[in-house]
Amino acid sequence: MTAYTATVTVRLKRGVLDPEAETTARALERLGFAIEALRSADRFEIDLEAADADEARERTEEMADRLLANPTIHEYDVEVAER
Amino acid sequence: MTVAVVRFGGSNCDRDAERALDRLGIDAEIVWHEDGLPADTTGIVVPGGFSYGDYLRAGAMAAHSPIMAAVREAAADGVPVLGICNGAQIGCESGLTPGAFTTNESARFQCEHVHLRVERADTPWTAAYEEGEVIELPIAHGEGRYELDDGRLTELEIEDRILFRYCDADGALTPEANPNGSKHNVAGVLGERETVAVLMPHPERATLSELGTTDGRGVLRAFAGAAES
Repeated sequence: MTAYTATVTVRLKRGVLDPEAETTARALERLGFAIEALRSADRFEIDLEAADADEARERTEEMADRLLANPTIHEYDVEVAER
Repeated sequence: MTVAVVRFGGSNCDRDAERALDRLGIDAEIVWHEDGLPADTTGIVVPGGFSYGDYLRAGAMAAHSPIMAAVREAAADGVPVLGICNGAQIGCESGLTPGAFTTNESARFQCEHVHLRVERADTPWTAAYEEGEVIELPIAHGEGRYELDDGRLTELEIEDRILFRYCDADGALTPEANPNGSKHNVAGVLGERETVAVLMPHPERATLSELGTTDGRGVLRAFAGAAES
């Protein structure tokens, strides 16, 4: 078994309104920053042990499908690195 | 005949629901989620509140609790299930009903009275109303914006599964009357069976004349009808 850290980034699908990101963007503009757009995302770092990187990825994707992301509004990606 | 009002850690409309049902002469009891559904359950309310502190997403944690598997089984057997507010979020997260309730367009918690247009009057939840009737109920939520991709939402509309839409006092579906930016002004939807429904507004807070509107009684009376039939 090898120790991995799997990083899951969950973000809203394109086209789904993100009011918190819009509020944050407006706040940055009020502070004088010129920006074109701002997107927010949730990032989860999961330490786990697996036989290989593929297994670590597979298990992490199942976690994302079942709980971390809501497929109705979210998309996600997974990165796996040895720890 | 007992309606089970499922209490999670953080539920806070469970007692309101139990008392509102009681006032309507419908036997109801609060059920702690870890205790499971009683054998004599004839209806289920998943009440409002902030189960699990809204961690991750509103409703996400409670949706995966064992009692929700039992609720889904009961729903499939025809037991009426009503998800209100946080219960609606849990219903969508658990797959009982389609779509998702997410952050209000205003990015703020909103607590106000809204008008709703009854989209169907031939369901247990709306038998007390006329189709197209405008009723008034309170809302109190930060994550009530209904989201679903356009294709699936069109399918739902074709399947006639939209129960309530936000409207103005005359029943017009205007953007101004939409308190949270819900797609197509959707406030409540049906599950695969008509006996399963979720909505963000609070019918249980609109059953006593002292509180301004009693329009919520009709929704809750579904449980009396279910017990009689």
